[in-house]
Amino acid sequence: MPDISIWTDYFGIYMKGFGNTVAASVIALLGSFAIGTIIAVFRISSVKPLRWAGTAYVEFIRNIPLLLVIFVFYYGLPSIGITLSGFICGTIGLMVYTASFVAEAIRAGIMSVPAGQTEAARASGLSYTGTMRHVVLPQAIKIVIPPLSNQFINLVKNSSILGVFAGFDLMYYGDQVAGKTYATFDTYLFVALLYLVLTLPLSYAALRLERRLAGNG
Amino acid sequence: MKNRSWMTAFVIVTMLAVVALTGCGSNEGGNGNNSGGANGGANGGEPSETSSALDAIKSRGKLVVGVKYDTKLFGLKDPASGKVEGFDVDIAKALAKQILGDETKLELKEVTSKTRIPMLNNNDIDMIVATMTITEERRKEVDFSDVYFKAGQSLLVKKGSPIASIDDIKKGTKVLAVKGSTSVDNIKAKAPDATVLEFDNYQDAFSALKAGQGDTLTTDNAILYGMEAQDPGYVVVGEPFTDEPYGIAIKKGSTDLLNSVNEGLKKLHDSGDYDKIYEQWIGKAPSGE
Repeated sequence: MPDISIWTDYFGIYMKGFGNTVAASVIALLGSFAIGTIIAVFRISSVKPLRWAGTAYVEFIRNIPLLLVIFVFYYGLPSIGITLSGFICGTIGLMVYTASFVAEAIRAGIMSVPAGQTEAARASGLSYTGTMRHVVLPQAIKIVIPPLSNQFINLVKNSSILGVFAGFDLMYYGDQVAGKTYATFDTYLFVALLYLVLTLPLSYAALRLERRLAGNG
Repeated sequence: MKNRSWMTAFVIVTMLAVVALTGCGSNEGGNGNNSGGANGGANGGEPSETSSALDAIKSRGKLVVGVKYDTKLFGLKDPASGKVEGFDVDIAKALAKQILGDETKLELKEVTSKTRIPMLNNNDIDMIVATMTITEERRKEVDFSDVYFKAGQSLLVKKGSPIASIDDIKKGTKVLAVKGSTSVDNIKAKAPDATVLEFDNYQDAFSALKAGQGDTLTTDNAILYGMEAQDPGYVVVGEPFTDEPYGIAIKKGSTDLLNSVNEGLKKLHDSGDYDKIYEQWIGKAPSGE
């Protein structure tokens, strides 16, 4: 039976961390969606340098551990005169890292719409933008939702890495409480529950959205 | 956008070089299977509740000690040789000799300030010899041997820093420390206005100081002297502002093991071997012993 006093006595501390974890997750989620979309567009672009840039981004970032991506920002940037806090470095790192996976999910979704449909739409007089908007994207989005929600759930959990860079997130304060009370298991159990509070609604929302879009098919 | 990608690539390559040069702080990954033994460690089946902890060690024929792997002078793993060396390691060797008659019958396991008490209470290790300060709060969790090293908390700063002592820590001064250590509580008590940033281990904290993420790093002076020796661009300033006696931690209630450890420490002092070990690592004779 977990020792509830470890949860109640330090509730304020957990909440501070929880707030920062929510903030980092929301910022990184929105940012990674924006960057990921742009990179995906680059990757399917007919302009070669754009395609190369998109590929370089994805292959570089997604094949490096997240920890090291944040390392670059936290320990590396100061050497060129830019010093950002652990929270900011962690959030940016998380954003940049997740964007590479988001880009791939979106690209896969767009690619999954048969080329014949695009050709048919263009042949019937629709512009490129019109084809994208009315033919490709409505179908792609349904395919993209499940992998995308996976990435965003991963993002929330990955935000725990801020704790390594003094990012004042939930894991950082969890470490603090565990170090102070030695109640390692009870502390991290509560931390895990707090992460669930964030990720379960995200899972549920993704499922709802997926069903609704399927219904509109 | 293309620019941004190239910038990112450039920064990463630069950073990889930096990481390679600074020896890469991630030796945590090994998680202490240094001795390579798949031998089940201290939890080798003997229920320590019924038979005594000392007997369990003797029948196993091996002493399993938790030491730090990231702390210069006390317990540091040499990435080239894979050997863990330092003051704490030599003390552990001496205790293995005392208990088992042979200093090679010793298995080291990596601990951090955060993991050491859970590991001890989990029977992963027989004792902790890891720059551990004796405190009343910790006494509730573990038993401590006699003091085997007298340390005190101090400050490490970059040469030329305006911080010369604890009094110079003002509101907004960023102080770097390690999670789960007493130094965090001490600095918060002595300089309540400071912003304390806590890291997982000393390497990360020192890297952060070098990267300018903080103004000063605080912990026991013994550890800071090790960092000073590693990078002369950084100096220990001011007098120690706390009294931090290091003790060897043993699972609660293991009286016979505790007695044996204290006896071993006493012999070490009497024979003069303690002073030798001290001088070898700290670079000067122990004061006021």
